[in-house]
Amino acid sequence: MTSNIKLPNYHGARWDEPVVMEMGVPGRRGAVFPAPAPAVAAAVGDAASLVPASMRRQDRPALPEMTEPDVLRHYLHLSQMVLGMMGISLFGTCTMKYNPRLNEWLQMRPELAELHPLQDESTMQGMLEIVHGLDLILRELSGMDQFVFQAAGGADAAYTQTCVTRGYFAARGELEQRNEIITTIQAHPCNPATAATAGFKVITLPLEENGYPSIEALKAALSPRTAALMTNNPDDMGIYNPQIREWVRLVHEAGGLAFYDHANFNGVMSKIRARDLGFDACMFMLHKTFGGAKGGGGPATGAYGCTAALAPFLPGPVVVKDGAGYRLDRNRPQSVGKVREFLGNLQVVLKAYSWCRAMGAEGIAEASDLSVLANNYMDKKLGQIRGLVRSHPKNTAHRMEMTRWGMGPLKEETGVNIFDVQNRMTDFGVDAFWLSHDPWVVPEPFTPEAGELWSKEDIDTWIAVIQRISDEAYSTPELVKNAPHKAAIAKLAPENLDDPAVWATTWRAYQRKRKGKAAA
Amino acid sequence: MRGNAPGAHPYMANALPETKQAMLAEIGARSIEELFHQIPADHRFRGELKLPAAMRSEAELKRHLLGLLRRNRSCEENLSFLGAGCWQHHVPAIVDEIAGRSEFLTSVWGTSSSDHGRNQAWFEFTSQLAELVRMDFVGLPVYSWGCAAGHALRMASRLNGRREVLVPRATCPERLSVIRNYCEPEQMESHIKVTLVDYQPGNGRLDLADLKRKLGPDIAAVYIEVPGYLGTIESQGAEIARMARAAGAEMIVGVDPISLGVLAAPADYGADIVVGTTQTLGIHMFAGGGLGGFIASRDEDRYAREYPTLNVSITSSVKGEPAFGLSLLHQSSYGLRDKGKDWTGNSTYLWAIASAVYMSALGPAGFREVGELILAQSHFAAKRIASVPGLSVAWPGGFFKEFVVRFDGTGKSVAAINRALAAKGIFGGKDLSAEFPELGQSALYCVTEIHSAEDIERLVGALAEVVRP
Repeated sequence: MTSNIKLPNYHGARWDEPVVMEMGVPGRRGAVFPAPAPAVAAAVGDAASLVPASMRRQDRPALPEMTEPDVLRHYLHLSQMVLGMMGISLFGTCTMKYNPRLNEWLQMRPELAELHPLQDESTMQGMLEIVHGLDLILRELSGMDQFVFQAAGGADAAYTQTCVTRGYFAARGELEQRNEIITTIQAHPCNPATAATAGFKVITLPLEENGYPSIEALKAALSPRTAALMTNNPDDMGIYNPQIREWVRLVHEAGGLAFYDHANFNGVMSKIRARDLGFDACMFMLHKTFGGAKGGGGPATGAYGCTAALAPFLPGPVVVKDGAGYRLDRNRPQSVGKVREFLGNLQVVLKAYSWCRAMGAEGIAEASDLSVLANNYMDKKLGQIRGLVRSHPKNTAHRMEMTRWGMGPLKEETGVNIFDVQNRMTDFGVDAFWLSHDPWVVPEPFTPEAGELWSKEDIDTWIAVIQRISDEAYSTPELVKNAPHKAAIAKLAPENLDDPAVWATTWRAYQRKRKGKAAA
Repeated sequence: MRGNAPGAHPYMANALPETKQAMLAEIGARSIEELFHQIPADHRFRGELKLPAAMRSEAELKRHLLGLLRRNRSCEENLSFLGAGCWQHHVPAIVDEIAGRSEFLTSVWGTSSSDHGRNQAWFEFTSQLAELVRMDFVGLPVYSWGCAAGHALRMASRLNGRREVLVPRATCPERLSVIRNYCEPEQMESHIKVTLVDYQPGNGRLDLADLKRKLGPDIAAVYIEVPGYLGTIESQGAEIARMARAAGAEMIVGVDPISLGVLAAPADYGADIVVGTTQTLGIHMFAGGGLGGFIASRDEDRYAREYPTLNVSITSSVKGEPAFGLSLLHQSSYGLRDKGKDWTGNSTYLWAIASAVYMSALGPAGFREVGELILAQSHFAAKRIASVPGLSVAWPGGFFKEFVVRFDGTGKSVAAINRALAAKGIFGGKDLSAEFPELGQSALYCVTEIHSAEDIERLVGALAEVVRP
């Protein structure tokens, strides 16, 4: 395949910016606070004397001393050395989509930014209406009966599921018996991890040839000890498990609960509903699928929804409509309590509500259509590039909104590995793609996802970059192996950051270990 | 030709019919519907989603959302004395400027070189926090103080194999509920028992006699907070740490880092693990959405190997430039799934950058100044409130920014008083009457640097008026 597309002649900003701990001049100030008013000082005396003697700070924390504009410029320089979706980012499993800046603007309004979570309900009616409004929208999209937003991320919603599972079975006196949670090797790691943290034994089902576990494997795992199934569908390979309905039936037959991790909702929104398939609960990521920004990893929200049978166990309080107004229902004796303080990241809830209102039912259906269209368009083009192979080649069906690919052949033939390719991509102003969660079921994996945001021209450019890198791998592999050449810095030196003598997660540790100085 | 049909959706480039056709032609499919053939027909939802009509126009959407938000009454237009786990502090404008930068806002994962600036900002967050708590190892942030405390207690239990932890009874009920969930209900085999240690009625500090009674060979960790939930500065930290160490338990201290310009660093009185909030380091309240938490410890192998967080380490590039990479990733749930250390995922990473800016702006002098201003104003407020007939302050000295006001002498409930204050545009302190019945009708008042002496006088005047018989 040859490409006529002109690749971006990108070059990242390079500021040679020192670590902030090395910056500043003693005596400079970036923020000052007034001395206590005379009346205050007269009444309480020396402020330092108000701290019990044993608890007074003796040293000055070794923080930088900088002026306000110097602090601003330092962090502006750092921001300019972040590619962060400024070019094209087809980062699979994370559903890169447009984060409307209206919502960022709204979040900073004092009516939200300066709201205290313990204010009287009468002073938060607008926010509570937004929470309830999104609850209703998500109920419609999933068929569930109640949503809560306390979980501060997708993984935290999986954790919420494990807490609700404990509460549900404890109320039935079955918790000691039902101590196993079943998941699959392709489920996001947060499912087995939160299940284990919650105290459950985890059974992980392997994949069969078609790309999903067999019914027989599920049956063998089910028993009177089964508390729940936690699974994604479609998975990160873009494969939809056509037997999922039967799975849920079998789990229910064994007395367990079925939880749908809807991290990969983008391709199926409006097409299927978790409750219709029999699931008892599901999770949506508001910071991904619903237009909230990722922020490099949060603040985020895992919206957790469940059936009426599980609702009494939800972490509380729950926002309810009461006549013309809204209130917090705190009288929930069977609630599992809190998974995180207060009501969750409500600014992310606002963004998701706003996104849903901007899209409407038609827009959401269209976004699902476009994300599957875009992925299959990419699939077709990636299939024409040398050294690439699609996961589970025997499963030739059109994939959903993403596909797991591998560069195993490219690595075998050229020595260029997938990390080299990631680094080289950024030379074109294109964000490195997502590889795969562990374990890798495909050698040298990568997982592109275009969603509804990226235009056909963007996708064509992205494909042309992959094509170019494949060509380079076969012609000038050293060029790829030594990439990046045009990013803010070169690639990492091969140091073992798992070695206690090497790692330094703070400047203090770095000073002690590398510069031979004792920390202050 | 537009008529009544809306224009193409501003978020979706490929919605144009000709684009769809071109893409379908490349795929070799006749329709988009055909691409969904993996989904069995009987799985498909064929009804009509009953969602509110779309508002593609930003002008229309903004009007709708602003209309909703305007039904809120903020702590900016009212005078608020609420704290109790989420606090109103001054946020420098440059913090909002940096946290709003698109590059930080929409970054995902990247590589060490492509997203170098963000990784450096993360490292500057951990490095500056490390100076405040005087610990050498700091992980990337977690969801909240409560979640940090929950993880730290589990770390301690894994370190020494013990299954009971001691937590102050005077702990924020929200936080305590999170901790209890992290420690698991008793039906679980890996349950960690949470035992509460009483406080001294005379000064609000930990009851060491009660601690001594409960400390023993089964205790994995002793957890204290400085300042405590009821505002008091725990002054027995060194003695508590000594007792914990003698019993073979880990000493975990929860802190509000904005206090650390004037309060001793937890390492200085014997903390093994430090946790706390990041919300007070330059993050708005967002109705509780500004919360974040952190975990720190000495940089020792045994602690480092138990962190559930992502950890960013300074290193160098192949050209010798300073660079930043992830350390100890394999022990996380990303590396080991159910065998990993608890779990990790999206957290509050954007807030970590905001907090880094905040700490750089304040510097050592800023932290001292803000701490001293808070101390002076909160003690001034306590004195002035105690001068109102019928009101008293439970522990009039030795607190940081929060203190307990008792209303029993007024014959009125806190609920009634707070309603009357609200009518005057004042959000009174958090009602403690149900949580700590032994304190009678009482409320937790919070005073920070955002208050002026006039604000405090306005509160005192309003209180005098509403409690008058």
